[in-house]
Amino acid sequence: MSITVYVPRDAGALSLGAEAVAAAIAAGARQRAVDVRVVRNGSRGLYWLEPMVEVATADGRVAYGPVRPADVASLFEADFLHAGDHPLALGPTEDIAWLKSQQRLTFARVGVIDPRSLDDYRTHGGYRGLEAALKMSGADIVQALTDSGLRGRGGAAFPAGIKWKTCLDAQADRKYIVCNADEGDSGTYSDRMIMEGDPFVLIEGMTIAGLAVGASHGYIYLRVEYPHARQALQAAIASAEADGYLGDDVRGCGKPFRLEVRIAAGAYICGEETSLLESLEGRRGQVRCKPPLPAIEGLFGKPTVINNVVTLASVPTILDKGAAYYRDYGTGRSRGTLPLQLAGNLKRPGLVERAFGLTLRELVEDYGGGTASGRPLRAVQVGGPLGAYIPASQLDTPIDYEAFATIGGMLGHGGVVVFDDSVDMAAQARYAMEFCAIESCGKCTPCRIGSTRGVEVIDRIVAGNAAARERDEALLRDLCQTMLAGSLCALGGMAPFPVLSALDHFPEDFAGTADRTAS
Amino acid sequence: MKRAANAASLPDIPENVRTAVLTVTARLKDQPGALLPVLHGVQAALGCIPEASVPLIARELNLSRADVHGVISFYHYFRSQPAGRRVIYLCRAESCQAMGAGALEKHVKQRLGVDFHGTTADGAFTLEPVYCLGNCACSPAMMVDDELQGRLTPAGFDAWLAAEKTVAGTT
Ligand SMILES: Cc1cc2nc3c(=O)[nH]c(=O)nc-3n(C[C@H](O)[C@H](O)[C@H](O)COP(=O)(O)O)c2cc1C
Ligand code: SF4
Ligand code: FES
Repeated sequence: MSITVYVPRDAGALSLGAEAVAAAIAAGARQRAVDVRVVRNGSRGLYWLEPMVEVATADGRVAYGPVRPADVASLFEADFLHAGDHPLALGPTEDIAWLKSQQRLTFARVGVIDPRSLDDYRTHGGYRGLEAALKMSGADIVQALTDSGLRGRGGAAFPAGIKWKTCLDAQADRKYIVCNADEGDSGTYSDRMIMEGDPFVLIEGMTIAGLAVGASHGYIYLRVEYPHARQALQAAIASAEADGYLGDDVRGCGKPFRLEVRIAAGAYICGEETSLLESLEGRRGQVRCKPPLPAIEGLFGKPTVINNVVTLASVPTILDKGAAYYRDYGTGRSRGTLPLQLAGNLKRPGLVERAFGLTLRELVEDYGGGTASGRPLRAVQVGGPLGAYIPASQLDTPIDYEAFATIGGMLGHGGVVVFDDSVDMAAQARYAMEFCAIESCGKCTPCRIGSTRGVEVIDRIVAGNAAARERDEALLRDLCQTMLAGSLCALGGMAPFPVLSALDHFPEDFAGTADRTAS
Repeated sequence: MKRAANAASLPDIPENVRTAVLTVTARLKDQPGALLPVLHGVQAALGCIPEASVPLIARELNLSRADVHGVISFYHYFRSQPAGRRVIYLCRAESCQAMGAGALEKHVKQRLGVDFHGTTADGAFTLEPVYCLGNCACSPAMMVDDELQGRLTPAGFDAWLAAEKTVAGTT
């Protein structure tokens, strides 16, 4: 009997040498004439341990990591194929505390299954949500989604059920399902992990969405920076087509659903849903005015459900296990689980899926293990480049949409980027403005021009002296207010958040060099 | 009508560009919203979307040249000028910043002797900034073609560059 060894093909693991590790294991097995089957799984999300190799044993999977190609010979010597002891041994994978304490609903299969195998997907509970949905009316599916309390995971946290209902109720000869896989927020990678590690769950979620609202065609708008996700999706779509999960007659239900991957072209603003639709239609990604809502008049003018990857990938669980099951996780108006992505300066960065309600401190200290540099933590940016910088004093904030709004922050897509005390917050504020200037779609003046002015003012503040600073700070705050109030979308409308939070919580970093050299 | 007028005024176009564009448009032009897929196809075939290709793309898709120009210039990924043999995308975004991307960026620029958007004198490398590669748990990150690097240090970059040059030298 062959022994199954798992070596991730996740882009993050590949970036740390997983390909060479897989090759070394295959070569080692040949050399020793042992029958080894290497499966290229997704990542379990314990990135400080990647490449993390797992071996299937009679007692479950055991893990080793981080494995470099040079470690492979000694792994064979230690008989890792039979769970032998080795300095890199991590024990049974499921018992690793970091993983065991998580509540993986959406990520249940990521890192577990072979993402290229539809059989593996089905063996691990895949397509049960669709089977359930096929027995329901569109309205009932939408109701289940509403009852689950699922809110959009792409950033705006809009209730998914309401969006679907609007689209269901719209009358049209054609409707679309669009998956927002532009994942532009820095510090986020959960969409990528799903697409690479469990692409069928996204396909299943989109198919259910199609059945629910009566859409026959879906697009996945994928960022060009994700070539590995693209390969995984295309392979999965081909398998799903071959097995009748996609096509003219989905599982014999008489309804068609087809899926296509479209590649973006490196514009952050195209993650904004109306800009994304413009881009899919073949135009510059300029933001559209709302109304009309995309759910009523979206892609090619037709009613369109547009959701984030994680939102759509959460749908199968809800249909399979029931709305109440999902809803029972979480707190207040934040129901279910959120896949949080720990990034930046942390000892143990990676993917943590937990019910809403744990605190930011638990995330960065218990899971993250504190800073990688060992220096004191100074600031945490949650929710991508438009998210506020949160000082260490606010680490006890619970992970909950409303709680974050209270402190002037947002959870966004769930990215958590940690900075140690070497960070220069004036430089971070400047970068936020610079990023807005680079990525602005150009439609509104406060965003297009204001951001460039913002960079200039911050440069002046940093170079200047105390007297000038007061005037320039007032100018900067004023500029931020203009952007907050006068921008059509959240790029210009929220870029001031990191800037203002830096000013409010870390004013000392804005003391001009003129004064700093004097003191 | 519009088509004929466009075709009549189609300026000279190098043969390889014409062939590349027509191959791509023949395959893709009938799908809805075809322009981005077509531009990706042309850039994949030619390494860039040369000025000379714009009138032909416009004609094939029944768009105005201004439309096509506008789209090419809007998206950071599309380029009108040829790049170096390999394009290095270096992440400048927050997670990578928190792990030393600033110092890495200085080092890389100095090593290659170019600024962002620049191409090395030997035409081997073009350096581009990128705003997150989704590898933020392994920051700082860099991508060259489909090859992603994580936890990249200045020394790691030098090692990568040396290996690249060896490969290039032997071919
Ligand atoms: C500037 C900007 C960038 C955005 N980028 C993304 C993105 O990369 N991915 C995403 O899913 N949503 C992004 N959004 C949010 C989308 O506009 C939209 O809310 C989302 O796709 C809806 O899906 P959801 O309800 O499932 O979250 C962005 C919004 C703005 C304003
Ligand atoms: S705020 Fe900026 S990105 Fe958003 S629509 Fe206005 S100009 Fe475009
Ligand atoms: S911020 Fe650099 S890879 Fe995400």
